[in-house]
Amino acid sequence: MKRRIVLATLAAPAMLRAQGTSGPIKIGLMAPLTGVAASGGREIVEGFQMYFETINGRIGGRAVEVTVEDDASNPDTALQKARRLVEQGNVHFLFGNLLANTGLAVANYVRGTGTPYFIPVIAADDLTQRSRLPNVVRVAGYSASQFSRPLADWAYKQGFRRIATISQDYTFGHEQCGGFAQKFTSLGGRVLQQFWHPLNTSDFSPYMGQLANAGVDAIFAMETGADATRLIQAYASFGLKGRIPLMGAMNASDQSVIRTMGAEAEGIVSAAHFAEGSTNAITQAFVADYDRRFQKLPSLYGFSHFSGAMWVAEALKTIGADAENRERLLAAVRATTLTGSPLGAPVSLDAYGNPVYDAFIRRVVRRPDGKLWNAPIETYPRVDQFWGFEPEAYMRQPAYSRAFQGPR
Amino acid sequence: MRAVFILAGLVALASMPLLLPSYQLGIASEILIFSVLAMSVNLLAGYAGRTPLCHGAIFGTSTYVVIIAAAAGVPVWAACLLGVAAAGGLSVVFGIIAVRTSGVYFLLLTLALGLIIWGICLRWTGVTGGENGLRGDLRQGWLADSQRLYWLILVVGAVLTFAMWRLVRSPFGLTLRAIKDSPSRMAALGHDVPAHLFAAFVASGLFAGAAGALYALFNDFVSPTTVALPQSVEGLLMAIVGGVGNILGGLVGAFVLIALEQFVSAYTERWLSVLGLTAIAIMLFAPQGLLGLLQRKSQ
Repeated sequence: MKRRIVLATLAAPAMLRAQGTSGPIKIGLMAPLTGVAASGGREIVEGFQMYFETINGRIGGRAVEVTVEDDASNPDTALQKARRLVEQGNVHFLFGNLLANTGLAVANYVRGTGTPYFIPVIAADDLTQRSRLPNVVRVAGYSASQFSRPLADWAYKQGFRRIATISQDYTFGHEQCGGFAQKFTSLGGRVLQQFWHPLNTSDFSPYMGQLANAGVDAIFAMETGADATRLIQAYASFGLKGRIPLMGAMNASDQSVIRTMGAEAEGIVSAAHFAEGSTNAITQAFVADYDRRFQKLPSLYGFSHFSGAMWVAEALKTIGADAENRERLLAAVRATTLTGSPLGAPVSLDAYGNPVYDAFIRRVVRRPDGKLWNAPIETYPRVDQFWGFEPEAYMRQPAYSRAFQGPR
Repeated sequence: MRAVFILAGLVALASMPLLLPSYQLGIASEILIFSVLAMSVNLLAGYAGRTPLCHGAIFGTSTYVVIIAAAAGVPVWAACLLGVAAAGGLSVVFGIIAVRTSGVYFLLLTLALGLIIWGICLRWTGVTGGENGLRGDLRQGWLADSQRLYWLILVVGAVLTFAMWRLVRSPFGLTLRAIKDSPSRMAALGHDVPAHLFAAFVASGLFAGAAGALYALFNDFVSPTTVALPQSVEGLLMAIVGGVGNILGGLVGAFVLIALEQFVSAYTERWLSVLGLTAIAIMLFAPQGLLGLLQRKSQ
């Protein structure tokens, strides 16, 4: 008897599947709602859900059911939640995660299950390079070293020839600095010194002293969260501001950092695929709507999940919302050129699952109402993750690390 | 009577793959793996009176070694043996340093040793992948099937549990318990106290390493969080919740904590607070752990 009951329950999901495209589209969203990355995690959920509210929770006539799980900023928990969403929740595809290690863990899991997994924030270079997977797509996201290259180009054109970098000492930092250093050196500039400090450095004064005396034309800083806030404050209070220009990776001057800061953050230049201070009408409508809903300007986490959700929704519309058919869904996502998104210009994917953007060089400026935001000062069209390098040759060089910041 | 219970328990555990859908089976696998870790902690905390905070690091070292070795082309079974051997080697080093201390000094020393391992895994990017961790490729062929993996974990776990049970009931285990009660008296009676503690430490480390190797097969991924302090604390907490000084307490503790985490986190993002409150309640009302509470009730 028991055995038969077991068979009946096992058969149930198969029967549901046989009903075809009548039920809701089930999406599993993972975000760190607790742990070190919790504040960004909440903005992931805000941006993602905001998109589905703007389309009334329906794609191509089908309802959308989003299940949110907390990955606790921990890769083991992320894995467990991915298993729960896929094996128990029977979601059609997965979205989200913030920290690179959580994304890498989930990517390794979906390699076995084949579940489509979309990662608008996970920037680890190799996920769309050396160890890319057909079902892991970085919709509306970027690979870590992607935008440091146009920034290096811009820096060189400003006449900067000698640069120092300062960065958090982990892979995300190594990759962003590597992109900058390799490009800047290939143009003929020199990276005189690279400072690597542990995550959650409370005192930046030793670094500021060395940076002030390094004899450089400009500084490139790769910082996230509270480290970014502290570095920018130290940069201003040690009198470097006004003497040595500061360029940042996009996280360093992201809204999640500068919305609580004052004059010390003004003037920082960074490169990104989004600029909340852009004059583009769609971007402005999105920023105003986000501000109205959440009383803050959208950060990297919010805008990329809004845009990522839009990308997949647009792709689903072209295939009759057939979310069950993974191959078709992935092919549609790859074929979709996203237009009308807050990113501004139309965006499409390269052959490796990473988007090609018109990259903005942005400067932190004050709005008339006193809030700080990133306004574009220059645009580099069609920046892909290899920008200027031949993909296969590029991938033969090692991944960026402390030891490898481009060939010397 | 006891044999009947144990047999019934084993049959129930062995039939899980027929009853549970794949996600719940994964949770069951995790419970079995962590129960071995909790039991290995219990071996020291419950029998030798030395509470370690480094077993997460020993466990995770084995996980790292299995994944690194397998990636280097070592067959999976041999990689697992290498993982256990690495955990054993690490325990020898830790044991030499730690066994002459006791009480809070032992706790802090093992905590520091564990942190060293965590630091190495975080910093040695070329080998450990740093913060990003390492992705394994172990779940292929025979191991790809989660039911078979569960049965493998169950068989290994049962053998390890039996080994630990035999160990604590042997004359060696009896000596350990006596050392816990009065090391000075045991020394006066001519027993080599540090040698016994050292042997217990290494044995406990080997068991933790075996659990870590199983975890490598199960998770197929490892990052510094696997060797971090919370992992050690979790193992200890499971041992305490189940019942210190009772080998099967580890199984009960692992079941309660993991099941509770699964259940509560589905309803609230404040699940860590709920876990904390539960742990406090157990300390207050069942200081001997849940198994201790059961035994007291049945007497």
